[in-house]
Amino acid sequence: MAGLAPTFGRGAMTNHWVDIKNADVILIMGGNAAEAHPCGFKWVTEAKAHNKAHFMVVDPRFNRSASVADFYAPIRSGSDIAFLGGIINYLLTNDKIHHEYVKAYTDFTFIVREDFKFDEGIFSGYNPEKRTYDKGSWDYELGADGFVKTDPTLKHPRCVYQLMKQHYARYTPEMVERVCGTPRTKFLHVAEQFASTAVPGRAATIMYALGWTQHSTGAQMLRTGAMVQLLCGNIGVAGGGMNALRGHSNIQGLTDLGLLSGSLPGYLTLPGQAEQDYAKYIEVRAQKPLRANQMSYWQNYGKFHVSLMKAWYGPAATKENNWAFNYLPKLDKQYDMLQVFELMHQGKVNGYIAQGFNPIASLSNKDRVRDGLSKLKFLVVMDPLATETAEFWKNHGEYNDVDTAQIQTEVFRLPTTCFAEEDGAVVSSSRVLQWHWKAAQPPGEARTDIHIMSSLHQRMKTLYAKDGGKFPDPIQNLWWPYAKAEEPSPEEVAKEYNGRALVDLIDPKDKATVLRKAGEQVSGFGELRDDGTTISGCWIYAGAWTTAGNQMARRDNSDPTGIGNTLNWAWAWPANRRVLYNRASCDPSGKPFNPKRKLVAWNPAANGGAGGWGGADVPDFGGTLAPETGAGPFIMNPEGVARFFARKGLNEGPFPEHYEPFDTPLGYNPLNPKNPKATSNPAARVFPEIWKTFGEAKDYPHVGTTYRLTEHFHYWTKHAVLNAITQPEQFVEIGEALAKEVGVKTGERIRVSSKRGHIVAVALVTKRIKPMQVDGKPLHHVGIPIHWGFTGVTKKGYLANTLTPFVGDGNTNTPEFKTFLVKVEKA
Amino acid sequence: MQRNPRDLQRYTASERANHWAVGICFILLALSGLAFFHPAFFPLTQLFGGGPWTRILHPYIGLLMSAGFVMMFLRFWRLNVIEARDKEWLKNVRKMVDGNDHDMPEQGKYNGGQKVLFWGLVICMALLLISGVLMWRAWFNLPVTLVRLASVLHAVAAVGMIGLIILHVYAAIWTRGTIRAMLYGTVTRAWAKQHHRGWYREQTGDNR
Amino acid sequence: MSSLQSLDIRRRSATTTPSPSIREAHSGEVAKLIDVSKCIGCKACQTACMEWNDLREEVGSNHGVYDNPMDLTEHSWTVMRFTEYENTATGNLEWLIRKDGCMHCADPGCLKACPSPGAIVQYANGIVDFQEEHCIGCGYCVTGCPFDVPRISTKDKKAYKCTLCSDRVAVGQEPACVKTCPTGAIMFGTKDAMKDQAAERIEDLKSRGFEKAGLYDPLGVGGTHVMYVLHHADQPSLYAGLPNEPKISPMVSLWKGVAKPLAMFALGAAALGGLFHFITKGPNEVSKELEDEMEREDQKAKEA
Ligand SMILES: Nc1nc2c(c(=O)[nH]1)N[C@H]1C(S)=C(S)[C@@H](COP(=O)(O)OP(=O)(O)OC[C@H]3O[C@@H](n4cnc5c(=O)[nH]c(N)nc54)[C@H](O)[C@@H]3O)O[C@H]1N2
Ligand SMILES: Nc1nc2c(c(=O)[nH]1)N[C@H]1C(S)=C(S)[C@@H](COP(=O)(O)OP(=O)(O)OC[C@H]3O[C@@H](n4cnc5c(=O)[nH]c(N)nc54)[C@H](O)[C@@H]3O)O[C@H]1N2
Ligand code: HEM
Ligand code: HEM
Ligand code: SF4
Ligand code: SF4
Ligand code: SF4
Ligand code: SF4
Ligand code: SF4
Ligand SMILES: [Mo]
Repeated sequence: MAGLAPTFGRGAMTNHWVDIKNADVILIMGGNAAEAHPCGFKWVTEAKAHNKAHFMVVDPRFNRSASVADFYAPIRSGSDIAFLGGIINYLLTNDKIHHEYVKAYTDFTFIVREDFKFDEGIFSGYNPEKRTYDKGSWDYELGADGFVKTDPTLKHPRCVYQLMKQHYARYTPEMVERVCGTPRTKFLHVAEQFASTAVPGRAATIMYALGWTQHSTGAQMLRTGAMVQLLCGNIGVAGGGMNALRGHSNIQGLTDLGLLSGSLPGYLTLPGQAEQDYAKYIEVRAQKPLRANQMSYWQNYGKFHVSLMKAWYGPAATKENNWAFNYLPKLDKQYDMLQVFELMHQGKVNGYIAQGFNPIASLSNKDRVRDGLSKLKFLVVMDPLATETAEFWKNHGEYNDVDTAQIQTEVFRLPTTCFAEEDGAVVSSSRVLQWHWKAAQPPGEARTDIHIMSSLHQRMKTLYAKDGGKFPDPIQNLWWPYAKAEEPSPEEVAKEYNGRALVDLIDPKDKATVLRKAGEQVSGFGELRDDGTTISGCWIYAGAWTTAGNQMARRDNSDPTGIGNTLNWAWAWPANRRVLYNRASCDPSGKPFNPKRKLVAWNPAANGGAGGWGGADVPDFGGTLAPETGAGPFIMNPEGVARFFARKGLNEGPFPEHYEPFDTPLGYNPLNPKNPKATSNPAARVFPEIWKTFGEAKDYPHVGTTYRLTEHFHYWTKHAVLNAITQPEQFVEIGEALAKEVGVKTGERIRVSSKRGHIVAVALVTKRIKPMQVDGKPLHHVGIPIHWGFTGVTKKGYLANTLTPFVGDGNTNTPEFKTFLVKVEKA
Repeated sequence: MQRNPRDLQRYTASERANHWAVGICFILLALSGLAFFHPAFFPLTQLFGGGPWTRILHPYIGLLMSAGFVMMFLRFWRLNVIEARDKEWLKNVRKMVDGNDHDMPEQGKYNGGQKVLFWGLVICMALLLISGVLMWRAWFNLPVTLVRLASVLHAVAAVGMIGLIILHVYAAIWTRGTIRAMLYGTVTRAWAKQHHRGWYREQTGDNR
Repeated sequence: MSSLQSLDIRRRSATTTPSPSIREAHSGEVAKLIDVSKCIGCKACQTACMEWNDLREEVGSNHGVYDNPMDLTEHSWTVMRFTEYENTATGNLEWLIRKDGCMHCADPGCLKACPSPGAIVQYANGIVDFQEEHCIGCGYCVTGCPFDVPRISTKDKKAYKCTLCSDRVAVGQEPACVKTCPTGAIMFGTKDAMKDQAAERIEDLKSRGFEKAGLYDPLGVGGTHVMYVLHHADQPSLYAGLPNEPKISPMVSLWKGVAKPLAMFALGAAALGGLFHFITKGPNEVSKELEDEMEREDQKAKEA
């Protein structure tokens, strides 16, 4: 999750599902966990029942989570930065912050470069033509020693604390009410609840997902939440955290294994076009500490990278060829979904493999996506089901009105198995890798994804061998040491991502000791080396399958401390740590802030008097790194602390600022009304053709938002009869006031249109969506569940993404599915 | 069949057929209805092919019976209009029960008791039909309060009707020479003169 | 649902003699506790019920509400009912979601009304179960139930409803819906244990401003083996018409109560009365006098 890494150093959910039961205050904002994560949501109920937790929901709609909440506040979709910025302002002006924590564990005291500026919604370094920033000024001021300058008194006008205070001074409760439409008293209630946790004995957790990420300012939204949590000292503690609730089963695994277009496994990154030099590639990533004695764990980047390249290319990756660095593609740009489908639309893509993906349903602006697919030469769909993407060329009446004869794309369908039909591991939001066992035989001709992909690979190898090619090496030299080349087993793959020694690993301090014999599984990433003697397909997974066997298959759920960490249940990356940054749950001297909910503590008597960390969790820190060293808990950051000032981590600036969605109901940014450049995210990528596809409030006066229902999983459970029974037909939720305006009663049909297309669905008229006042103007939300389409056993429906805009977040390019303009009429 | 040419014709063949159709329906209904009425009678469902069949058949038989009864009603209602002499008869019903119908007031084709019974049957039948239809779940699914009311009514009317028919049948058996009226259609003059002197005079012109 | 149960029977429908009842639920009667304040309306319980019991409703349509299927049917033994309630006292909107289904009454109106011996049984542990092979499809259970629960199938004309998973409970498992409920809103155990659970939950709810929170275990039907924790126990009808004071309708009591033996007695008396009347008073014969007179007249007529 792109807003977290620039703040804490890692992008994952900081705590874990069970830990939510330890919270005193719970905020679900930008998500609907009861609906989308019902099983995990249990821990919210536990916190309420057994920890007297106060549970709040902030959402444009009164949703299923709100139905069991203690408190609900409405918010205009897309305005969360204003709301959270308001909380930051509240905490700072009322001095409700965890002083010891922020001073020791954040960049509060750091001094920022003098040329850093912010004016009328735009930070220093902006290039309006390119819509990008030169981020040079977005950094700390370094001293001669190469370390950051700080001011422990916090008086320096350019210390992060002062800058932040100044930046958020504009985010008053009045401003929040104007921008978000949230009644002031309701906003203040949320702020007060957070303030109540800015003490050592209390913790608040924030649970969020797409209500924050699917905006053109998504990454910044969740970063603002992270800042609130840092101010209250709620990161690294039990019952606290920024809990990014992941989506698909194993989507966490997908990001961990680097399936995003710019990544390599374990959050290593692909080089850019300019990075042709291997040494520089490593140097930039192996960041040196910015302060004395910090772990700056990415210093080990080289070890992880070399071990990965050895895992992939084996003998073909040598020191001489820079571990096959030239095999890696060097990116000229990000190849996110929007980019790929834009290129497809331009006719620049020949073939596409949709593996477990239904892009015509799940990507924004469906008609555009379909036009793109129609320009392909071939499309391969690897899926257990007949998806809309596999049938995009077929006329399904009003729901997919295409002229099949005009579409020349050749479509191949390769039936795959489902997870229950194969062994393997799934990674949960909690970063826990759980092994599972095959429960059923796959039907018909279905094959596992591994089987299909490996067979494809083998055939490509054969073809390259026969016919040659421009650059066969990366394919030909791919190391393939599996028992069955066509079908590597999940065990083989799992052991490979854990990693093993290729030769006997000798202790550098004591040449007589063999730390790890050749061929043995490593026990953790600490054993990985950058000299080509170890392999590891995904360094963060090192420890998942050790000499002790498959750690992911462990099923001991004992919880001796009662805090919920269950260290012997499966295995969590990194190093089986359950709560990230848990060093921050102790004060600088190593004593737990909250002795009642102790995660780790420094025990001076441990290790025969040398001292050591221990407790209910695996320390996310050097196990014997003494508090006196001053090493900070955020070990992935070269500063050792968490960042309020994101430096160059995000594209639109070091401090989150509210920008309007691209389909804006206001047409201006109430925080920077005079600067049209700052209306919507100034750094978001907008393809030239897309500008004209944005709607305006005069034609499309209502704010549409799309979301999930418990009864369905995206576009595929509509193929399952049980799910179809419980939610059979497409509907759209509108408030009673809007229903009255358009003259429609619940159960009747409405037509919802945007600049990009229209859908027709049953109107579900509800008290749960109320009209709101935004900057003095009345505003209606229109709630559009995403699950219907033209295949499956439910009633046929329109793809909701017919309506959504083809623009994404300024960093991740996640489409802006959550806020766009629509018009509602009686159908 | 005519036993004695001087016997009096009391019912035509079609009247008799009508009566017995209704009578048979009644017996089937009573047996099947009672099976639902009380656990003690549930085994009666075996007569109809088991519980479900009994449940299926009963209301249809009820409809058939109702149709038959309506025909019967049209045939007989005029004869059952209660007159002054019937009231007189009813006042003396004790004597009748005691078996002394000799000095009962003179009666037309039907005596006061029979007439009251007739109207009693009419009321029960109407109630049964209406309530029976209301509680007929195979075809209707009406508001539960209505069904509950109907169920009570149906049971009450059924019990009432069964009681009345017991009386009716007993009276027929007890009053010797009556059953043949419904079997062959004729009664003896003596029977007629003793039990229904008014009707006897009407039929014979014998005014002694 | 389970015909050859290994559970012990406390009561059978349409049975006047004691049922085999020596084995009792010594460890206590069971109960399912539904904490409405924890339920998120996810319908996992509905789905689990369909799966465990092999039920498949037809795919319906949306009627402008979240409820689906819209009502209990022979294929849907439990459904979630969603109510949007504006609490004028607090100014808050509440989305009340209640899992509807059989309450497993201690004094079940369905059993009372059922005419078919053993089509409805109440086990010693309190579960009220339909035994469809004995069901004749009359629908009296529907008439008798104060909660509008049983449904007669259009396919086989038998009555169906939640069995409280008697087949699972009999072998020591909790009901399927309980097992699946992600939030722990449905709990299962002895009735006493469930009441204790409820007490805890009610205290918590009261501390959160729901002063009228309470347990729904209505005495009018002798208590139930499915109980609700309600935020507004003073107004059960807020929850999609949960009866405020359910009891077996007086009409049903009348229909199925004392009236029956009385009527039986009366009919028996009428029949026997006739017999005894006959043997005490003798038949009502035509008098000898009249008979002779008529014979004479017959004679005359013949001669004439
Ligand atoms: N049943 C079910 N569960 C699922 C899925 C599914 O399809 N079905 N999908 C899985 C996947 S892949 C994912 S990514 C997760 C997603 O999980 P969630 O993010 O929880 O799901 P959504 O329903 O997309 O959106 C959540 C909420 O965001 C609100 N929202 C919209 N705009 C805004 C806004 O501007 N601000 C705030 N504060 N809230 C806003 C919506 O009203 C909605 O209630 O769910 C996972 N779980
Ligand atoms: N408007 C709008 N659009 C959205 C969202 C939104 O909130 N609003 N949410 C977005 C989000 S967060 C997500 S994650 C996407 C989801 O978008 P998709 O991932 O495209 O949607 P799914 O329907 O989950 O598609 C997954 C496919 O994988 C198949 N599958 C299941 N198991 C296997 C397997 O083992 N192997 C293979 N090969 N296939 C398998 C399924 O049959 C299914 O067709 O939608 C996005 N689109
Ligand atoms: C006139 C037409 C009648 C109709 C439509 C009718 C219909 C019904 C119906 C629907 C039932 C419910 C059981 C079932 O579904 O089968 C029922 C029950 C019953 N019927 Fe009828 N019925 C009729 C006439 C009668 C008559 C004439 C009697 C008189 C003997 C009778 C006696 C009963 C009894 C005793 C029950 C059981 C009630 C109880 O359990 O309390 N029915 N009838
Ligand atoms: C099942 C055994 C029955 C027997 C043995 C029986 C016998 C008789 C006899 C003998 C009569 C002639 C009485 C007379 O002429 O004075 C009679 C008349 C009649 N019976 Fe029945 N009956 C039976 C059932 C029924 C039933 C079920 C009904 C209707 C519900 C019915 C309705 C009548 C009526 C309406 C008359 C004509 C008398 C009048 O109108 O008052 N009977 N029956
Ligand atoms: S994926 Fe399944 S188990 Fe996980 S939260 Fe969703 S419903 Fe529950
Ligand atoms: S499974 Fe539990 S939470 Fe979900 S609807 Fe049923 S009772 Fe409610
Ligand atoms: S709720 Fe109805 S069906 Fe269930 S036991 Fe009670 S009376 Fe019978
Ligand atoms: S329908 Fe109901 S009352 Fe009738 S037999 Fe079946 S279970 Fe008993
Ligand atoms: S107890 Fe069993 S039968 Fe009843 S609703 Fe739950 S799953 Fe269905
Ligand atoms: Mo997702």
